[in-house]
Amino acid sequence: MNQAVKFYQTGTFTVGNRLLAPEQRTVQASIERNNSINSGHRACQGCGEALGARYAIDAAMRATGNQLIAANATGCLEVFSTPYPESSWQLPWIHSLFGNAAAVGTGIAAALKVKALKAGLAKSSVRVVSQGGDGGTTDIGFGCLSGMFERNDDVLYICYDNEAYMNTGVQRSSATPPGARTATTMAVGTAPGADFGKGKNLPRIAMAHEIPYVATATVDDLHDLEAKVEHAMTLHGARYLHILVPCPLGWGSASHDTIRLARLARETGIFPVFEAEHGEVTRVTKIRHRVPVEDYLRPQRRFAHLFGPKGHAEMLVRIQADADKNIRRYGLLNEEATP
Amino acid sequence: MLKQTEGSHAVAEAVALCRPDVICAYPISPQTHIVEGLGELVKDGTLAPCEFINVESEFAAMSVAIGASAAGARAYTATASQGLLFMAEAVYNASGLGLPIVMTVANRAIGAPINIWNDHSDSMSQRDSGWLQLFAETNQEALDLHIQAFRLAEELSMPVMVCMDGFILTHAYERVDIPEQAEVDAFLPPYEPRQVLDPADPVSIGAMVGPEAFMEVRYLAHAKQISALESIPRIAAEFEQRFGRKSGGLVRGYRCEDAETIVVALGSVIGTLKDTIDAMRDRGVKVGVLGIQSYRPFPLAAVRAALQGAQRVVVVEKSFCVGLGGVVSTDVRLALSGLQLHGYTVVAGLGGRAITQLSLERMLREAIADTLEPLTFLDLDWRIVNRQLEREGQTRRSGPIAENLLRDVGPIAAKVA
Repeated sequence: MNQAVKFYQTGTFTVGNRLLAPEQRTVQASIERNNSINSGHRACQGCGEALGARYAIDAAMRATGNQLIAANATGCLEVFSTPYPESSWQLPWIHSLFGNAAAVGTGIAAALKVKALKAGLAKSSVRVVSQGGDGGTTDIGFGCLSGMFERNDDVLYICYDNEAYMNTGVQRSSATPPGARTATTMAVGTAPGADFGKGKNLPRIAMAHEIPYVATATVDDLHDLEAKVEHAMTLHGARYLHILVPCPLGWGSASHDTIRLARLARETGIFPVFEAEHGEVTRVTKIRHRVPVEDYLRPQRRFAHLFGPKGHAEMLVRIQADADKNIRRYGLLNEEATP
Repeated sequence: MLKQTEGSHAVAEAVALCRPDVICAYPISPQTHIVEGLGELVKDGTLAPCEFINVESEFAAMSVAIGASAAGARAYTATASQGLLFMAEAVYNASGLGLPIVMTVANRAIGAPINIWNDHSDSMSQRDSGWLQLFAETNQEALDLHIQAFRLAEELSMPVMVCMDGFILTHAYERVDIPEQAEVDAFLPPYEPRQVLDPADPVSIGAMVGPEAFMEVRYLAHAKQISALESIPRIAAEFEQRFGRKSGGLVRGYRCEDAETIVVALGSVIGTLKDTIDAMRDRGVKVGVLGIQSYRPFPLAAVRAALQGAQRVVVVEKSFCVGLGGVVSTDVRLALSGLQLHGYTVVAGLGGRAITQLSLERMLREAIADTLEPLTFLDLDWRIVNRQLEREGQTRRSGPIAENLLRDVGPIAAKVA
């Protein structure tokens, strides 16, 4: 950055373009841009996954000089991008199964390594990204993912986490947050929505494998997301990027609120944004303007049962406590930030 | 080079001669010695460059092979039994994507009850998966079929399963002729993929296909297998020409010429059947055996041609379709449509039950007298079956079946009549 940042875009806390060095500025449209996921795909309006994937894959393409192959798990991203004979993918791309994207990535990386050795090179210039949603990552693809991590295979795995099985009609995954209504955690009974005390925290599980790089990001800060992908591509071995991608359909939120909700997830502490190398946290994105969890939950109909006269204040207290725990655990607050 | 070696090791050496780029290893008996043998060859630098990957499951093994094959590598893995079932989703996917992966299946029973011994239930469960399935009669044939399998798979761009009887072949030490590297190189050209993930020419592989084209995609897989009915004998003939021995092909008859009774079988039991038939022929009984080497594609015409002169056909199979009877015999019957032959299904050797010459001969005598049951279970111990049925009739809480039967059998678990 050229100078100390003093001004942010109103309400967003995003640094204005004109205050940034040219290479850090956001470019919305440019013929230079890869557009690895080309326009015309069939994602919903306001799809966080389409946005996250587009920026992540474009960044990886830039970082590798377009020498990139992607393996994709079954799910929304796969379905909306390849209603053949149409395909949005401007890079070599393979979809095999729901639960094996990480292993397919391992296989591609192994093939590339042997191909390079046969050509007399130490390693391949072509790199591999495997990607999937939270179901394909935290549930059905978990075994393959952990195996890929443990072997330190040369694959960047990107999880686009929209916190449920959206492609099949919004069923609970192990990434669904407590209290959230899904088609299999119904908003009925005395404890509506997903149970408390269940679910898994995949970035922390990834860190436990002591792999070279683990990072989280959201689609409200695309610069940060791109920087993390670019950094990941400078490293070799197993790398994991977990991106929170709001889903208007599954979350019951307005299409125009995708970026706002991603920001609120971060600024409530519900979704900590950080980087870790070899199992240790190396950097966290501080909360600039801390907000209570209600601000994040209210715009989402999946949490509607928590509010109103028949609401569940006790559940709000627990969700707030979880957010507070994240803030303590990752040190997400600056001294001067006001709660 | 002639060598006295274990079947698994012979296969490991044959696979290594095919210069695979990526090998995925996950342990399951009785296949483990194959990948162990390959791992050693990679680790000591004999087989290089090659990536030997210790994966975390059979599902991952096939998935890694899918990624490797799609990126242009010659990929290999081996499995058996539960392992094949665990990777089933990826098995279908590999063939659907048209990836020429070669996999050894060291045939073993499927539980429960858990059983590590040989039968053909595992590969039969995947007979409709779109993979070609070749069955080896001997260790030499297992070795040779692997070399042919890579050639066949890559020519068609379809995956091939080489099936060899677990323990009976995988763990048997026999003399095998292991070809020289130069001979194999001349027979098997480097892998030239039909489709490949390459940044220089980006393609999308594995897209969703709806009702508008799915039938056609499936038909094309069938058309490829049907074309393999021509490729398999051609490749086997070329193999014979180069290496000087017959291995593979579609079917192979033994003393079938004037046979009134022909036994049909797959795998190593053909050896026992040949001995049985020799003994019966010596006594003037007109009997022969037809071995099926290519189970998928199933050579309907070749089977019909080999059997149509006989009066009766006895299918001896190490597989069993619960609720129906035979698996192989159903296919054989299709090959014989319209022919008025006496047909018998003999389910034998499940879970490693020894198939002896004595039992085979007794069964064949009954078949020739046409007193054999249409569906026969060779050497089934009716005593313990009936005792369990009685127990179940008497009390609802009759306990776990397998444990009850073992108690009835007593301390001798391995039954050799």
